[in-house]
Amino acid sequence: MITRFRQVEMRLMGPLTAIPIVLATVVLVTIAALPFVSAVLSEWIRDAVPAGLQHAVAVTLGTVGFVAVLALNPIYAIWLERKVAAHVQDRLGPMRVGWHGLLQSFADGVKLLFKEDLVPKDADRVLFRLAPMVAIAGAFAAFVVIPWGVRADGAVLAVSNLNIGVLYFIAITSIGALSVLMAGWGSNNKYALYGGMRAAAQMVSYEIPTAILVLVVVAQVGSLSLPEIVAAQAGGFLGISNWLVFQLFPLNLIAFVLFFICGLAETNRTPFDIPEAESELVAGFHTEYSGMRFAFFFLAEYGNMLLISMLAALLFLGGWVGPVGSNPLLLFAKAFGLVVVQMWLRWTLPRLRVDQLMAVCWKYVIPISFFLLVVVAVLKSIL
Amino acid sequence: MGEYLGILVATVFGVAFVAVTLAVSSLVRPVNPLPAKAMPYECGENPVGTPWGVQFNIRFYVFALVFLIFDVEAVMLLPWALAYLDLGPGALAAGLLFLGMLVLGLADVWVKGDLEWVRTEERRALKRRGASPAAAPTGGSA
Repeated sequence: MITRFRQVEMRLMGPLTAIPIVLATVVLVTIAALPFVSAVLSEWIRDAVPAGLQHAVAVTLGTVGFVAVLALNPIYAIWLERKVAAHVQDRLGPMRVGWHGLLQSFADGVKLLFKEDLVPKDADRVLFRLAPMVAIAGAFAAFVVIPWGVRADGAVLAVSNLNIGVLYFIAITSIGALSVLMAGWGSNNKYALYGGMRAAAQMVSYEIPTAILVLVVVAQVGSLSLPEIVAAQAGGFLGISNWLVFQLFPLNLIAFVLFFICGLAETNRTPFDIPEAESELVAGFHTEYSGMRFAFFFLAEYGNMLLISMLAALLFLGGWVGPVGSNPLLLFAKAFGLVVVQMWLRWTLPRLRVDQLMAVCWKYVIPISFFLLVVVAVLKSIL
Repeated sequence: MGEYLGILVATVFGVAFVAVTLAVSSLVRPVNPLPAKAMPYECGENPVGTPWGVQFNIRFYVFALVFLIFDVEAVMLLPWALAYLDLGPGALAAGLLFLGMLVLGLADVWVKGDLEWVRTEERRALKRRGASPAAAPTGGSA
């Protein structure tokens, strides 16, 4: 029986549900049409902006674009994660707020905006307030080098098309560890400090295999530039067979799986989520955070998930190249597919212990990645 | 500046994003400080001591040291991985030698037991006394 309250709720929520659906459609269509949009915008910039400012305006517009994607990403990703979790556990998940709970994350965002901003007594106020800022700025700064595709005239759709993109990416993602450590140290809370220390140890440990697995790719392609790495994977049967993950079978497949595991650890996702293990550390490094500052950590976490998935897609899965030609939406679809795998794993695997976590990294992942690098280098020299 | 301008712009955007959102939030959020709210959260217990006084597993420092060595060497391998195909078999041999040294270093750390979270000395001492190593204290769960 539908209660009176539920009737009112449904009458309100029905039309409002259109908002997230329309928003998502607009974003996805824009991504799909990015080569066209970018061409139109750069023509406009050439005509309307004084010569000295053209580059700055183009960079700012690009930044606005990916910041919009990053800001909307957690709204959908959190809804999707809750849905994935629910269906893994044979539940329905959020259903009440909007059609299939689509407005739930919007409502949560508004709620967090209205929450009191608490700073614990005796906390290191500077570090405590700076930590979410560093987390967000680090995620944004890393997104700069992600190329989304190429235009018909050969221009790369990246805010900064660095020729050392991969090296820059490895360097800038370390900022995430810094922000977690700052939050843990600044909170004046034992749980937070333990979480921060664990996170730092984990993130720096898994940085080494990440760097070496990137080297495996670099050793085969001979370039540190992400667009060139993707260009090397273009063509082939259905636009798929040249993807790096299928080359030198099964070496690159192993490299891809290991890279994905390292990505899970770098973003503190289950089974590597000991820095925020709920059952022992309450919420780890963000125990003391409330309101919007708490939301920023989630924004950064989901941004980093998308980021590491995009990098995996660019390095191993052909980036924007696929069976339907070359389109930025392909890259986004591959990356989001990997994000869904991360969510699925979260609700499938139990959490590792600290000693197991370190053993996995130092005794398995690092030796195997060294082995892969040696074999790939030797094979490439012989072939 | 050139291509690097984007990094600066994105960082400024990140800081501004946080600042603006917090400013908007400050217009609508309540400010109602209480002593109980300002207390560090420890599941309702009154905190004992400061968190900066807790003891840490010394393993964290060992892992940090090992990490430092490997990270620097991974960065040194980058230019090699970029160019070894053009530089002939000598470069390959040099790179493999370097990698071999890295692996030797890892093996050394491994054999000395520095990759174990439970301290090796403690484990050995327990073994000498005839206790089972499984009963060894886990050296702090942090």
